[in-house]
Amino acid sequence: MNKLYEKYIKKESLPNLFCPGCGNGIIQIAAMDAMEKLNCKDDVACVSGIGCSSWIPCYYKLDVIHSMHGRALAFAEGLKLARPDKKILVFTGDGDCMAIGGNHLLHAAQRNIDLTVVMVNNYIYGMTGGQKSPTTPIGAKTKTSPFGCIDEPMNACKLVMSLGASYVARWTTAHPVQLAKAIAEGMDHKGFSFIEVLSQCPVQAGKNVWGEKEPAKIMAKYKEVTYLYKLGSNDPTGAMAEKNAEGKIPIGLFKNDENAQEYLERVEAKLAESGIAR
Amino acid sequence: MAAKESKLNEVVLQGNEACAKGALYAGCRFFAGYPITPSTEIIEMMSGEMQKAGGAFIQMEDEIGSACAIIGARWGGSKAMTATSGPGYTLMQEAIGFAAVTETPIVIVNVQRGGPSTGQPTLSSQQDVYQARYGSHGDYEIIVLAPSSVQEMYDFTVRAFELAEQYRTPVILLADEVVGHMREKIVIKDGSKNIKSVKQQYVVSPQADFFKGEFTTVEGQLHDEQGRRIGHIANKSGEFIYNINKKITDNIDGIADITTYCMEDADVAIVAYGSVARPALNAVKHARGVKDDRIAPKFKIVKDLMTRGIQKTIKTDYSHLKVGLVKINSVWPIPEDLLRQATERVDTVIVPEMNVGKYCREVERVLKDKKVIPMSKCGGDIHTPIEILDKILEVTGIEEEVDINE
Amino acid sequence: MATITIDKACCKGCNICLTVCPKKIFVKSRQRNNYGTAMPAAENQDECIVCRMCERMCPDGAIDVEK
Repeated sequence: MNKLYEKYIKKESLPNLFCPGCGNGIIQIAAMDAMEKLNCKDDVACVSGIGCSSWIPCYYKLDVIHSMHGRALAFAEGLKLARPDKKILVFTGDGDCMAIGGNHLLHAAQRNIDLTVVMVNNYIYGMTGGQKSPTTPIGAKTKTSPFGCIDEPMNACKLVMSLGASYVARWTTAHPVQLAKAIAEGMDHKGFSFIEVLSQCPVQAGKNVWGEKEPAKIMAKYKEVTYLYKLGSNDPTGAMAEKNAEGKIPIGLFKNDENAQEYLERVEAKLAESGIAR
Repeated sequence: MAAKESKLNEVVLQGNEACAKGALYAGCRFFAGYPITPSTEIIEMMSGEMQKAGGAFIQMEDEIGSACAIIGARWGGSKAMTATSGPGYTLMQEAIGFAAVTETPIVIVNVQRGGPSTGQPTLSSQQDVYQARYGSHGDYEIIVLAPSSVQEMYDFTVRAFELAEQYRTPVILLADEVVGHMREKIVIKDGSKNIKSVKQQYVVSPQADFFKGEFTTVEGQLHDEQGRRIGHIANKSGEFIYNINKKITDNIDGIADITTYCMEDADVAIVAYGSVARPALNAVKHARGVKDDRIAPKFKIVKDLMTRGIQKTIKTDYSHLKVGLVKINSVWPIPEDLLRQATERVDTVIVPEMNVGKYCREVERVLKDKKVIPMSKCGGDIHTPIEILDKILEVTGIEEEVDINE
Repeated sequence: MATITIDKACCKGCNICLTVCPKKIFVKSRQRNNYGTAMPAAENQDECIVCRMCERMCPDGAIDVEK
C-alpha cells in the first residue's frame, strides 16, 4: 500500500468506489503529496460537491464537507470566511463546477477568495452513466447526445483567468509530479487557485469520447493531445494559452499573480480604512 | 459560562432590524445573504453590524450560495444565519435538506411575501407555512418559529439559535412582511449571549466542528455515526431517517411554545400565528372590553358601492362574545398537546390565515372533535379585528345586535 | 535494489503500472486480487531505479516501493 495512505487515508473506508483505472485515485495521491510537501495536514479542510471526483476527499483523514451538487464553492467560501487562517481544498468535477455550479465558480473567481480548487475534467458525467458535460468535445456521442455533441466545450481555465483567479494551471493525470507541484503551489498561493486536471474515465468517457477503454491508453492520448505551455515574459497574463496550430490543448501554469489582492485582504483593508477595529 | 451581564435598553426598531440585532446578541458571527424584498433590511443591517462585531459578512451571488455558505461557516465554528423571502426561500430548500441531514445548526429567516412565483414583493402573506415544513425533498423534521411583533422578532431569533444548537437542526424564523416592516418599541439586551453547543445528546451522527483533529465528515448522503455513507444499505438508512425525525418529534415538549389570552372562560378560540395573531388579539380585547387605544373603533361603516357615499353606520356589540386566543409561536413541529390543552373547553376554533387555508388543516387534524373553521385571506392585506369578530358572529350564530344611528 | 509490493486488497487490475514503469518491471500475471480480476506482478525488481512513478500513478495506492 502507498506509504502516504498511512497518514492521509481512512483505511477503514477502503476500497474506494472508483472504477478500475479511474484518474481520481491519481489526483487523490497527488493532493496528498502536495499536503506532505507543505506539511500542512492539520490546517487543511476539504470541500467537494457531487460526482465521481467529489468522492476524492471523503477518504482523507481530514475534515471534509461532501456537499451538494455544484455548491462546493459556496460551502468553501463560508468555511473560509469563518476560518481565514486555514487552507481550504475544493475537489469538483467539470459538470459540478461549470454546469450546475457555474454561478458559484464565476463569483468565487471574481472575488479572488483564497481557495484551492482542483477541477477534475473527465469530459463526461461519469456517475450518472455517461451523459454529455460542459466539456464534452463536439461530435462525441454520449447517452444524451446520441447524434454527436453540438456544443462548443467550455474552457474553465480561460474563464476563471478572465474573471481574476490569481493562480491557474492545467495538468493531466499523466503528469502526476507536475500536478502535485501545482496543487502545492495553489495551496501556498494567497488567492483563488484553480487547477484543472484532465482525467481519464475509462468506463464512460473511454467509450463515448476517446473510443478507448484502456486507462493507460487514454493517459497516453492525453500526452498526445496536449502541449506544454510556457508562461513567459512575452505573455505574462497567460492570454496565449490557446489551442496551438495542431489543435493541441495547452497544459502547464497559465497564471500566477502574486500581487492580486485576495478577498479577505480587501475586506480587512476596507474595514481598517473605515476605522473599524476588529 | 453564564450569559454576560445584560443591561436592558428600550429602542424603537423595525422588525427586520430587530431580527438582525437579535442574531448578533445570540452570537451569530457569520451572515451570507442576497437582497430580496421584504427581507432586505436584515442583510443591510448585517453588512455593517456584523463586521463591527468581529464577524464575517458576504453578499453571495444567489440564495443557494447564501444558504450553502452559512452551512460551511457553521462547520468552521461560527454561528450563522441568512435571511430571505419568497423566491429566495425556494432556492434555499436544497440546502435546508442538507442542513437537516448533516445536523447543521443554522438559522434561516423567511420574511414571507405574497406568492406564488414573484408574487407580491411588497405585500404580506403566510403562504409559506407548508414550505417551511415540507420544502425540501425527503423526510425530515424542522423547527419553525413565527414571530408576531418586533419584540418577538428579536426574542425568537435568539430562541432560534438556542434551538438550533440544542437539537442540531436548521431553524426557520417564519416572519412576514407585516412584522418585518413594522416599527415598535422593544427591549433589547446589551452584550452577547453565550449559547453553548450542547454536547449533542440528541444528535444521530455527532460530528465535531472543523479543525478539532477529529476528521469530521459532513456527508449529505445518509451516514452512520462517523459520517460514512450508508445510503446503499437499506436497514441502516431507514434507521437513520427515523432517528433524525425522532430527534425533533420526541422532544416537542422542549420546543413547543404557545401563548394564550382569555382562554380560561372562552367559548370560541382563535388559533393564529405570526402577524395575524395581532388582529386576533385585538379582536379578543375588543370583545372582552379591554381598554386599549389601539383597539379598532366599535363602528363599522357600510358603504354604498354604487354611490361611494356613506349610507349608514352600524354599531355592533361584540361584548357578549367569550373569545380567547391561542397564539402558536412554534409553528412546526405543531404543538399538539399544548393546543389540545388550551382549547379543552371550547367547541369552535377559528383559524385566520393570510393564505388559502393551510395551517387550519393541521389544527383540524389535532382538534378532531372540534369545529375548526378556516378564515383565509389572500391578496396581501392582513385581517382586521372586526373581520375576525364578524366571522365569529357568523359561525356561532349569535344574533348581531344592530343599532342604526341614522 | 528495491522491494516492490502490490497490495491485492487495493489493486483493481487497471494495468496502468504496466505502462508507466520505464523499466517494464510490472507484467501481467495469473494472480488474482481481492476483486477477482488479474493483478500484475513485479518481476526483475533489481532493475528498479526507484523513480516511484508506479506509486504515484497507481490510482488505488496498491504499490509500495521500498528502497
